[in-house]
Amino acid sequence: MTTELEFTDGNALAGPLAEIFSVDVTTIRGRCAGCAATGPLAELRVYGPGAGWVARCPHCDDVMLRLVRGPERAWIDLRGCLNLEIALPES
Amino acid sequence: MAGGPLTWRAATLVERWSETESGRGLAFDVPGWPGHLAGQHVDVRLTAEDGYSTERSYSISNAAGGERVELTVQRVPDGEVSPYLADGLTVGEQVELRGPVGGWFVWRPAVAAPVFLAAGGSGIAPLMAMIRARRQAGSTVPFRLLYSVRDPADVYYAKELEAEDVRFIYTRRTPDGWPTPPGRVSAADVTAGGWPVDRQPECFVCGPTGFVEAVADVLVTLGHDPRRIRTERFGPTGG
Amino acid sequence: MGIISAGFKGRRGPDAVKLPPGQYLTKDFPVLSAGPTPRIDLTKWEFVITTESATQKRWSWDELTRLPTETPTVDIHCVTKWSKLGTSWRGVSVDTLLDGVETGAQFAVAHSYGGYTTNLPLADLRDGKAWVVYQFDGAPLSPAHGGPARLLVPHLYFWKSAKWVRGIQLKTADEPGFWESAGYHNYGDPWREQRYWGD
Repeated sequence: MTTELEFTDGNALAGPLAEIFSVDVTTIRGRCAGCAATGPLAELRVYGPGAGWVARCPHCDDVMLRLVRGPERAWIDLRGCLNLEIALPES
Repeated sequence: MAGGPLTWRAATLVERWSETESGRGLAFDVPGWPGHLAGQHVDVRLTAEDGYSTERSYSISNAAGGERVELTVQRVPDGEVSPYLADGLTVGEQVELRGPVGGWFVWRPAVAAPVFLAAGGSGIAPLMAMIRARRQAGSTVPFRLLYSVRDPADVYYAKELEAEDVRFIYTRRTPDGWPTPPGRVSAADVTAGGWPVDRQPECFVCGPTGFVEAVADVLVTLGHDPRRIRTERFGPTGG
Repeated sequence: MGIISAGFKGRRGPDAVKLPPGQYLTKDFPVLSAGPTPRIDLTKWEFVITTESATQKRWSWDELTRLPTETPTVDIHCVTKWSKLGTSWRGVSVDTLLDGVETGAQFAVAHSYGGYTTNLPLADLRDGKAWVVYQFDGAPLSPAHGGPARLLVPHLYFWKSAKWVRGIQLKTADEPGFWESAGYHNYGDPWREQRYWGD
């Protein structure tokens, strides 16, 4: 497991992902496709902005999310998440 | 364009003051500001005359009230953005803000549990918003703050914190007469400065990544529920 | 374009020289990361070329660093808009590494320690256009900048110059790499400003 401390966390994605998600993303729970660990996106190890945002599982370091923002487009890759659990008001 | 968290808004600097030798408080007037929760942050975007732009995140340090947003900026030597915000941007000039964002690292006055705050350096910013929000709400929820700085001169909001329950950690230089030598935060500090596990505190830890990892690990080892530990990492140097 | 903040310049130098479109000159050397910096034991380090028929050619660190070296001085252009001119490197030409490798492949994927990948046509790795470099500015390449060794392909955006390179895989079919599959351009020519997919 890494001992480097170059990462921030999923709180840094709140602004960038507010352009795509209409709900706050930091409280969304994601399940890692690599090791099945589950936790809030706020706790992911985040690298970026660099060429794009890369969020890794804090347990196994697998990439769970990638976000690239171009001038008029954004790409989001969530293959590293088995699913996302989003709390919603009762309906 | 309609307002909302994903919009970049014009923000005018209305006031700047020094908290420490290299630390500044900045107050912006942001027309249309929708208000914010304690712990949330903004993204700040700066654009040069030739169109070059860059962004940084800063925690909001004031409690919500009107259209005023206060940020705390630590001037980093050779930094690209912090020297400009700390000393270059003049009152009356504008930047762009996006926010407020962040729903995880938030304290709401309606929560009755005692609160443990752990700040490493400039990580005090969002925690100060929580302390101020508590005062503004007239809340009696007990707060304890563990605040790690390099040197006594690096303490932000020193005067205001005199009224709070604070345990200081000095990592490079201690005040005269301090009983212990300088050193990093330890498990004993977290135990002494925090709440016992059976009080089930809500814990907020903010600062450089190394500080946050260390304190969060101690809290979990002591037996605190990980679901009540919320963290915000500022990166290797803490920004 | 955003609101201009008077006096903000960022960390850039004067641009009296001709740069690819949309680029700014920088005097420092930004470090961009997508993950933790790998720390590789040189006694275990190796570089492997794998052909489309699974033939492999390997070099240990000792073997690679004993190959004939070149000292290219090149301009580099990052897709995040900074350009750095006249950077000096020492390393082995990829032509030297491909010498004797029998292949009909048209595509390549560079693989790195830590899992990073990037793809490019094999032709862009040949004829003096690419190196595996292990020194920058006369000193061993630091881990933050891709050491012990990285790929150097200066005619394309710098994300193609894979840090911590561990091998090149030759393929008959193109396979977008880490950033190419996340929105960046499949080829990445800075002079045609090919930053994003479909540009």
